[in-house]
Amino acid sequence: MRADDYAIRRQHLAELTDDELKERFWQLAGEITDPLVELAATHTSPSIERSVLLRMGFSGQEAGEIVTRCGEKGLLGKGAGHAVLRYARLTGQDVRLAGLALAQGEGWDELQAAFGKGGW
Amino acid sequence: MEQHETITPAETAPIPIWSGRELRESDKLDVEQILTGLEHYRPRRRGWTWRFGGGQTLGPFQYHQVTDSLQRSIPLPAAKYFGQIDPQPDCVITAEIASGRFEDDLRRMRMAAWHGADHIMVIRTAGQSHFDGLLEGTPEGVGGVPITRKQLRATRKALDLIENEVGRPINFHSYVSGVAGPEIAVLFAEEGVNGAHQDPQYNILYRNVNMYRSFVDAAEAKCLMTWAKILQIDGAHNANATAREAWKVMPELLVQHAINCSFSARVGMPEEQMALSTVPPTAPPAPCLRIDLPYAVALRWLFSRHRMRAQMNTRYIEADPREATVTHVLNVLISRLTTADIQSTITPDEGRNVPWHYNSVAAVDTAKQALVGMDGLREMVALRRDGPLGAAMREIVERAVLFLEEIQAVGGYFAAVAGGFFVDSGLYPERAGDGIVRHMDGGVAAGSIVPRDHDYLAPVCAHYGQNNLPDISSPCDLIGGCTLCHPEKIVYIDELDDEDNAAVRLAATRQHRQAGLLRPEVQWYQDGVVTVTAFFPAAPDLAAAAALELAKRLNLQDPEVLQVRTMHPAEGTLVEVKGVVGFDIDPRQIVIPEKRQLLSAEQIRSQVERQSLRIVAATVGEDEHSVGMREIIDIKHGGLESFGIDCHYLGTSVSIEKVVDAALEVDADAILISTIISHADIHRRNMRRLHDLCLERGVRERFLLVAGGTQVSDELARSCGMDAGFGRGTKGIEVADFLVRARQQGNRHAH
Repeated sequence: MRADDYAIRRQHLAELTDDELKERFWQLAGEITDPLVELAATHTSPSIERSVLLRMGFSGQEAGEIVTRCGEKGLLGKGAGHAVLRYARLTGQDVRLAGLALAQGEGWDELQAAFGKGGW
Repeated sequence: MEQHETITPAETAPIPIWSGRELRESDKLDVEQILTGLEHYRPRRRGWTWRFGGGQTLGPFQYHQVTDSLQRSIPLPAAKYFGQIDPQPDCVITAEIASGRFEDDLRRMRMAAWHGADHIMVIRTAGQSHFDGLLEGTPEGVGGVPITRKQLRATRKALDLIENEVGRPINFHSYVSGVAGPEIAVLFAEEGVNGAHQDPQYNILYRNVNMYRSFVDAAEAKCLMTWAKILQIDGAHNANATAREAWKVMPELLVQHAINCSFSARVGMPEEQMALSTVPPTAPPAPCLRIDLPYAVALRWLFSRHRMRAQMNTRYIEADPREATVTHVLNVLISRLTTADIQSTITPDEGRNVPWHYNSVAAVDTAKQALVGMDGLREMVALRRDGPLGAAMREIVERAVLFLEEIQAVGGYFAAVAGGFFVDSGLYPERAGDGIVRHMDGGVAAGSIVPRDHDYLAPVCAHYGQNNLPDISSPCDLIGGCTLCHPEKIVYIDELDDEDNAAVRLAATRQHRQAGLLRPEVQWYQDGVVTVTAFFPAAPDLAAAAALELAKRLNLQDPEVLQVRTMHPAEGTLVEVKGVVGFDIDPRQIVIPEKRQLLSAEQIRSQVERQSLRIVAATVGEDEHSVGMREIIDIKHGGLESFGIDCHYLGTSVSIEKVVDAALEVDADAILISTIISHADIHRRNMRRLHDLCLERGVRERFLLVAGGTQVSDELARSCGMDAGFGRGTKGIEVADFLVRARQQGNRHAH
C-alpha cells in the first residue's frame, strides 16, 4: 500500500515542456524495452523452432515431433531448421524427407556427432 | 500539443477486380460448399485494408467523414426518409464473432457485413492460449472457436464471397498469443489473416505465460506479422476490464501501450502497422466524458504516429442493452471528438450472455449510426486545452512517466511485473497492493527458452534475431524456398477428430435445412432460443418469478431470466426471459400475405386522365398528426397529386361529420382519413364511425372509404367497415393504385 505522492514525485517533471515530457516518455520506454529485444534476439523457444519448421513445409504435428526430439538432444540452440537442413546434407536426401526421418526418431546420434565437429 | 493524425482513406479500392463465385442476395451461404476444396484454397491478398473514398453527397446531404458506399447493405431504419442512403463512416467497424461454432459464425459475418462491419474479429476458444502447438480441423469451442488452418481458410473463403457481395474488402482478425504465438503467426501470414492481437504483456498478466518466453516468442510473431502486413492490435485495454476501478489504471495503460509499441518498433514493425486498443475507462453514472476525454486526447498526443482502435466499454455493462447502448454512443462521441481508425463494437448483450446474432448486428449499427450522426463534428467543435482538459492530460502523462521511471529504478520490466506493478487498482503512484504478480521463473512454459548458439540457423524468411546465415540473397534459398515464398509447400490437414467437426454437426442439421423447416435461433442453427418481454405490476422478485411461470406456461424449455428492470418497487417491473422452443415451423403450412403488383405510375396517370378522380382527406378526431397524410397526398413525395388526383385536404383534428359533408360538397370519389392516436381504440372507433355515418346518410355506396395510420392494417380497417386500410410505411402510389383499381372494377372490395 502506498499513498498518492504524485505531487512530491513530479517535482523534477514540473519544469519540462509538453514536448520534453513526451520525449522523456519515449526515451524511458525505449530504455525499458532494449533488454527485452536483446533477450529475444539471442534466444529461441520450442514455438519459434516449430514456426521455422512450419515455414520449411512441415505440418504442426511433424514440427512438434522434431522440436521435442531436438530439445531432448540439446540441439535447440542450433535451431531445429538447422538440424533438419544439416541432416538432409548429411544423408543426401531432400529437406522434407530428412525432417520426416528425424520426426520418426532416426538420425539424431549422427546429427549430434556432426554438430560436435562444427562447420558444415 | 499537436493533433493525432487519422489515416487518410485511399483514393481507390486496392482490389479493383474481384473474381470468384458470386453470392446471390436471395441465397443462403452454402457452408458445405465452402468446406469443400479447402486444401487448394489460397487467400487472394495479404495485409490490412482501410476504407476508401472521401467526403461526398448522399441523398440530400453533404458528408465530411464518409467513405464509398456499399453495393449492397442494410441502411439504418430512418434511411427510408432520405432515399435509403447508407453512409459508411471513415473508420473501419469491427464485429466480434464468438459463437463457438464457426459454421454458424460465417452466417453472422455476412449479416454484420451487410450492416457495415469490415473487421471481423473471431474470438478464440477458451484454453487455446495454453495449447503448445497448432490445433487442426473444426472442433467446437467455448466462447469462441479453435483457430486452425481449416477454420481460417473456410472463413477467409466465405469472406471473399461476402466482400464481393457488399463491394468492400473485409479484414479478418484473430489472436497471436499464448505459448504457440510464433506458429499462429506463421499460420496467419500463410492464410491471409489481416489483423491480430499481439501483446506479450497480455500473455504474462492474463494468461500466466512465463514472461521471458512471452517476449522471446513475441519478437518472432511480430516479425512475421510485419512481413504479412497484419495490423497489430495491442492488449492494454484488458487492464480496464480487469481493474476494480478502471479509470485509475490510465497511467498504466499508457505504459503498457508504450512497452508493446516500443518493443514492436525495435523488432522492425512500422508504427502505422500498430493499433492501440483503447477503451474509454468509465461509464455513466460516472461523469465519463470528464474522465475519459482527457485520457483519450493524451493517448493520441503521445502516440501520434500509431493507429487507434477505439473499443467500447465492457467493464460496466450490465444486463440492460439500452444502458449499454447509451454508454457505447458516448464512447463513439469520444472517437469523434478525437480520432479513431477502427471503431470496435461491444454487443449490447455482452453483460448477460455470449453475443447473439442480432446483438452483434445491433452493435455495428450503433457504431455506424453514431459515427454518421457526428459526421464533421470536429469542424464545428474544438477541444479547449487551456482548462481542465489540458491539466488532466498533463497529469496523466506525468503519472505515466513516473511509472516508467520506477520500472527502470527497480531493475526493468521483468522485475516490475514480479513486483506487482501492473493492474494495481491504485491511481499510480498510489498503490493498492492488489496488482497481478508473476514470477520470473514461473508461469506456463517457464524455463523453455534456450540461448542461440554461435552457429544458430533458421533457413526461412521473416525470422527474428541472430541467424548465422551464409551469404545468400534470401534466407530460404538454403531449402529451395519457404512456405511464405512458396505456399504450395504448406501441409494442409483437414480433420483430426472423426466426431467433433463441422461436417458431423452439419450432417445433424442437413435434413432440417433441406426440408426448409424453421426454428428460431440466437447463435446456433436450430438452437430454438426466443425471448419474452413482460411487464408485471409487481415488485422485482415477484415479477421475475411470475415471468418464469409465464415462460413455462408458454411451453418454453429451460426458461431463464435475462434482465429485471424496476419501474417502481411496488408499481411494476419489466422482465425479459429466454427459453427454448422444441418445435419447427413448416413454411409449407404458412400463408404469406401476397404482395400486390402495383400499377405503374404511368398506368395510374393515364387512368386518372381518362376519368378524373377526386378525394377528400383529413386527420380525424382530436389528432394533430399531419405528416403521414401529407406524405400520401403531396406531389413532392410522389403522392396522389402527382398522378393527377384532385385532393381536398381538410387538415388535422377534423370531425368525421365534417369530412363526410366535404365529400358530399365536392362530390368526391373517395374519403381518406388518417387516424394515428390509438389510445382506447380511438382509431377503430373513428373508422367505424365513418362507415356508420355514411350508412346513416345513405351515401356509403358513393364513396370509397380508406383509412391510414401507424396502428392501422388493411385487415383491421376492413373489419371496421372501410374499403381499405394502410399502415406504417405506405407510399402514395399504393393508395393511388387501390383507388384506380377499385373504381375501375366498380367494386369497392378490390383491395
